[in-house]
Amino acid sequence: MSQVNRLPNGGRIDRSKTLSFTFNGQHYTGYEGDTLASALLANGVDIIGRSFKYSRPRGIIAAGAEEPNAVLQIGASEATQIPNVRATQQALYPGLVATSTNGWPNVNSDMMGILGKVGGKLMPPGFYYKTFMYPKAFWMTYEKYIRKAAGLGRSPLENDPDTYDYMNQHCDVLVVGAGPAGLAAALAAGRSGARVILADEQEEFGGSLLDTRETLDGQPAADWVAKVIAELQGLPGVTLLPRATVNGYHDHNFLTIHQRLADHLGDRAPIGTVRQRVHRVRAGRVVLATGTHERPLVYGNNDVPGNLLAGAVSVYVRRYGVAPGKKLVLSTNNDHAYRVVLDWLDAGLPVVAVADARGNPRGALVEAARARGVRILTGSAVIEARGTKRVTAARVAAIDTQSMKVTSNGEWLDCDLVASSGGYSPVVHLASHLGGKPVWREDILGFVPGDAPQKRVCVGGINGVFGLADALADGFEGGARAAAEAGFKVVEGVLPQVLAKPEEPTLALFLVPHDKGTARAPKQFVDQQNDVTAAAIELATREGFESVEHVKRYTALGFGTDQGKLGNINGLAIAARSRGITIPEMGTTMFRPNYTPVTFGAVAGRHCGHLFEPVRLTALHAWHVKHGATFEDVGQWKRPWYFPKRGEDLHAAVARECKAVRDSVGLLDASTLGKIDIQGPDAREFLNRVYTNAWSKLDVGKARYGLMCKEDGMVFDDGVTACLADNHFLMTTTTGGAARVLQWLEIYQQTEWPELKVYFTSVTDHWATLTLSGPNSRKLLAEVTDIDLGKDAFPFMTWKEGLVAGVPARVFRISFTGELSYEVNVQADYAMGVLEKIAEAGKAYNLTPYGTETMHVLRAEKGFIIVGQDTDGSVTPDDLNMGWAVGRNKPFSWIGWRGMNREDCLREDRKQLVGLKPVDPNTVLPEGAQLVFDPKQPIPMDMVGHVTSSYMSATLGRSFALAVVKGGLKRMGEKVWAPLVDGGVIEAEICASVFVDPKNERQNV
Amino acid sequence: MLQIFCPHCAELRSEEEFHASGQAHIPRPLDPAACTDEQWGTYMFFRDNPRGIHHELWIHAAGCRQYFNATRDTVTYEIFETYKIGEKPQVTAKPAGAVPEAAAREE
Amino acid sequence: MTTANVYQQRPGDDVKAETPLHHANLPSLFGKGRNNPGVTLRERKLLGHLTLRGEAHDSAFSGGVHKALGLELPVALGVVSQGELSLQWMGPDEWLLICPRGQEFALEQQLREALAGLHIQVVNVSGGQTLLELSGPSVRQVLMKSTSYDVHPDNFPVGKAVSTVFAKSQLIIRHMAEDTWELVIRRSFADYWWLWLQDASAEYGLAIAE
Repeated sequence: MSQVNRLPNGGRIDRSKTLSFTFNGQHYTGYEGDTLASALLANGVDIIGRSFKYSRPRGIIAAGAEEPNAVLQIGASEATQIPNVRATQQALYPGLVATSTNGWPNVNSDMMGILGKVGGKLMPPGFYYKTFMYPKAFWMTYEKYIRKAAGLGRSPLENDPDTYDYMNQHCDVLVVGAGPAGLAAALAAGRSGARVILADEQEEFGGSLLDTRETLDGQPAADWVAKVIAELQGLPGVTLLPRATVNGYHDHNFLTIHQRLADHLGDRAPIGTVRQRVHRVRAGRVVLATGTHERPLVYGNNDVPGNLLAGAVSVYVRRYGVAPGKKLVLSTNNDHAYRVVLDWLDAGLPVVAVADARGNPRGALVEAARARGVRILTGSAVIEARGTKRVTAARVAAIDTQSMKVTSNGEWLDCDLVASSGGYSPVVHLASHLGGKPVWREDILGFVPGDAPQKRVCVGGINGVFGLADALADGFEGGARAAAEAGFKVVEGVLPQVLAKPEEPTLALFLVPHDKGTARAPKQFVDQQNDVTAAAIELATREGFESVEHVKRYTALGFGTDQGKLGNINGLAIAARSRGITIPEMGTTMFRPNYTPVTFGAVAGRHCGHLFEPVRLTALHAWHVKHGATFEDVGQWKRPWYFPKRGEDLHAAVARECKAVRDSVGLLDASTLGKIDIQGPDAREFLNRVYTNAWSKLDVGKARYGLMCKEDGMVFDDGVTACLADNHFLMTTTTGGAARVLQWLEIYQQTEWPELKVYFTSVTDHWATLTLSGPNSRKLLAEVTDIDLGKDAFPFMTWKEGLVAGVPARVFRISFTGELSYEVNVQADYAMGVLEKIAEAGKAYNLTPYGTETMHVLRAEKGFIIVGQDTDGSVTPDDLNMGWAVGRNKPFSWIGWRGMNREDCLREDRKQLVGLKPVDPNTVLPEGAQLVFDPKQPIPMDMVGHVTSSYMSATLGRSFALAVVKGGLKRMGEKVWAPLVDGGVIEAEICASVFVDPKNERQNV
Repeated sequence: MLQIFCPHCAELRSEEEFHASGQAHIPRPLDPAACTDEQWGTYMFFRDNPRGIHHELWIHAAGCRQYFNATRDTVTYEIFETYKIGEKPQVTAKPAGAVPEAAAREE
Repeated sequence: MTTANVYQQRPGDDVKAETPLHHANLPSLFGKGRNNPGVTLRERKLLGHLTLRGEAHDSAFSGGVHKALGLELPVALGVVSQGELSLQWMGPDEWLLICPRGQEFALEQQLREALAGLHIQVVNVSGGQTLLELSGPSVRQVLMKSTSYDVHPDNFPVGKAVSTVFAKSQLIIRHMAEDTWELVIRRSFADYWWLWLQDASAEYGLAIAE
């Protein structure tokens, strides 16, 4: 198909480079420099999709980020699908594949269109709330259908082949928007030597200068743009970010910019390059030069393809050499829009008429149009368009804007393009992301940014400064001010000369009256993306939704990816008028990041796949891999879970590993335990205060188990701490608690007891820890060490230094299995060599590596707790039957002592840790199962505790569990029942929590 | 994301390097045993939740690992000062020149 | 009475040692990859690392450190070096001393002798961390991808060192020469950093140096 609407010349496109693309399966061509939207318009494609609610045919309205309808699905393959792309913001590239997201089965004959034709009656605002709320269970069904029909785009089903990343930027001045004001601001700030970032969402810098009729210093405005860019590129402190949308304005001048580095190049980014990048910018000062969005007028059938914004028509004609129609009617309330008339005439096309709502417009542009013989109907407006798939005529009638009445029958004008302009709304979105209510200015009929806590300057259109000369001056001054405030010396600059063309005031007109009244007029759309009509807004206010936020939520005005770019002010004006109040009294809704949609890829950056989360590995990881370990995530650590041999499942492997430890010797990598080196004359006193038990008398060479509580008396960590020298201790913590405990020690030392002389340093990563556990551990270790391992020379709960496998080691004789155990600590760099030698020597003893699962079973058999599994932040040491670890006579009121002496903590019927033996020894209680004393009681049952740990024990030949049970310590031998989700009930007997070797005869050998 | 001046590193750093640790200037009772349950409960659980000036305890967790205090406006998120443990805040009322609350966020 | 346990933790150089990046087999990558790489990575392995704590304001402390090391105690965010010895400010009462392999034991003894009687902490953390040297014209871009700390030379001149957030964890960044930066990383995170740096420098070209 040829480019029927392409003008013979003009535009910033390269006509020597023809690009082919497809839209909804049809092949088209465009030129390099086109956007997808300009290329579609060039090809005469009118219908771009179906509307969200009423399924009406929709076409392109705008030329930029404010486009509500042309929101398409892009992607030539499943993996490269991108939803929610505005055709007006997507550069054309060869082979681009675009499809409508709305419209099922296709945009030209749509199933919901039938519903949509009568949709006004069927789907009033609040329709979804009112209709689909009941029955509740059906919502899922409805939603699926509605989503499919409405078409919100879809994410790819395959992995995205492209890469995305973040870049952290810092600058003195961030300039948002590279239109006239933004360029001038960047120039002023850049020349001062400040670090400046200039970001603009479009393919090219220049903004309105790329399509303006005005000249700068007598030259085309685009020439000045090129000159400025060249100068900025030469300044070392200036970073230029084209195709970069500033999407969010966050606290303390932190802004996020979504830059599309390769989206204009092809379906996939060139190999080795990044497709999109999120710049996370911390800016000393922000200059917002976001400009304005032209506001459409709201009239009947204003959504039929062929209704465009006046300024957008100019952009398509001047920037892209595309005429989106043949016969133009302009409906306006201001002077500025008249430029489209001149642009249209310059393109050699007929202007049917201009309807100007004002009584006697005499501005320079108006006179220029008049001079060229254009028919201007004053005091009039287009009140209604005709056409289904394309505008065929427009009805222009006289209107009275005070009474909001149509005062003449008007006439139907034959045309295929209605351009409308209702004035210009400053783009205040970014200025409002952090709050700071916009302020209404009656003189420009728009909201401008109000005061805000941020260090920012608003320049140009956003500031209500509309004229080109004024915008340039405002921008330059604002850029200079921002740089000066950031501490830079500003250099004077000369601004280009602009021929001033004074404009007459805009008339306040938002909704154009219709002779049938709003409720019965053809649909007058306010928000085309969310299908919100003027009638719907009036209905919402009549139904009592008076607050602007309520109106928004009831009607969906400004929802979703649209963020009210075109509809917001018109909607407010209609709601205000309906309520008989002013627009500022109505106020505006909040705008939220992001300004336009951001792909998930850009949000994820490089934090995906194998880089999603940091993985921590021990020095012995490669050995575990080599020996077939299955790994478990413990915090960020990868710990061996179990080491299955051929054909073994978890249970078989764990049973074998447990037996090996109890019968001979096993090996555990305990390197992940937190280790904190503590030094200082007050180290002991500090330990006394943070542990529940006493540390004053722990001799050098000895180690002790300690419980740590929070101030409320509840256990929050545990571990063994060894006395290395009088003022020197090595504390161990749980794997998951390492960072938490170190911070806990620091907060008390730094904020409560700074007088205590003690320092803490993490040595978790420095030491690798190999635990040998089992009756043969002594014999095995003796083969590789010079340390005297004799029962008396090296008793339980002591430590020794010496060589192990030729490496200096600290060996701790402590046990988490109840067996004779040694924990060998060596500098991590040497751990692999030590392990290999131990493993070699261990062959004679069936040395068996075991993982966390076996560790859990073995310790549970001994009744040793795991903090966070057997405790949950509501368990005191006494609840754990560990009162032996509570120093009741320590002089200082240590952390937890006051808390655990509250009346509630002393109750005898608190949940206490006990053992459970299921009556059926082959049944393993599910961990977390709730327990009751009477399984026959009515539901809801009185729950008296829950299972905390539960395993099958190879050693015991039966299942067993640990549990917390109300008053459990005095209920030995009694029964509890665990009613399960599936209706079954497991019966168990309460017993002591130590199942194996209660006299500790195995570890004290 | 806030930007916080660490009084030890003596420069502004990104919020992600810090953790907030609640209200500042809540000393642990010197003799917890002498506290009634009510006094102890107040120490443990009751915190101010002001609209406006708030003194907070922060730690520069990814930096120098030091705790310090910050005076922050809970409405505008302005941070008026940061100061070391043991020091007293200089800002206890909204300073002149601070952004008026009305201009700040409304949800 | 001994106040602290000082222990020679490092065996002789003939004993098998594996650096935190041993599994990456960096030597197999020496001299490979793109010509004119944007980033060159070198693991400065098996160095001695000591954490030193003490009272910065106490002249006996700063004097003792100088006596033991010949280095002035650096102030906030500073790193000073002399030959293969570097001393970095980590916090108001904490410094990191990096020295050639095996010297950490003697240096700890020298420090303890020079600072006898003072409340200090010296901790050998050599096995827990390693040092990655990044050099080349694109290092700053890679750092910008990874950390929100401002690495522009105006803010991060040579001789500065900061501990900060990097990707999703933490490490120390040291600016040692115009195009040379060092990362001090924790052993257990070494694989994550290795994967991260490969990925972040892919578009600039990464080379591994001996």
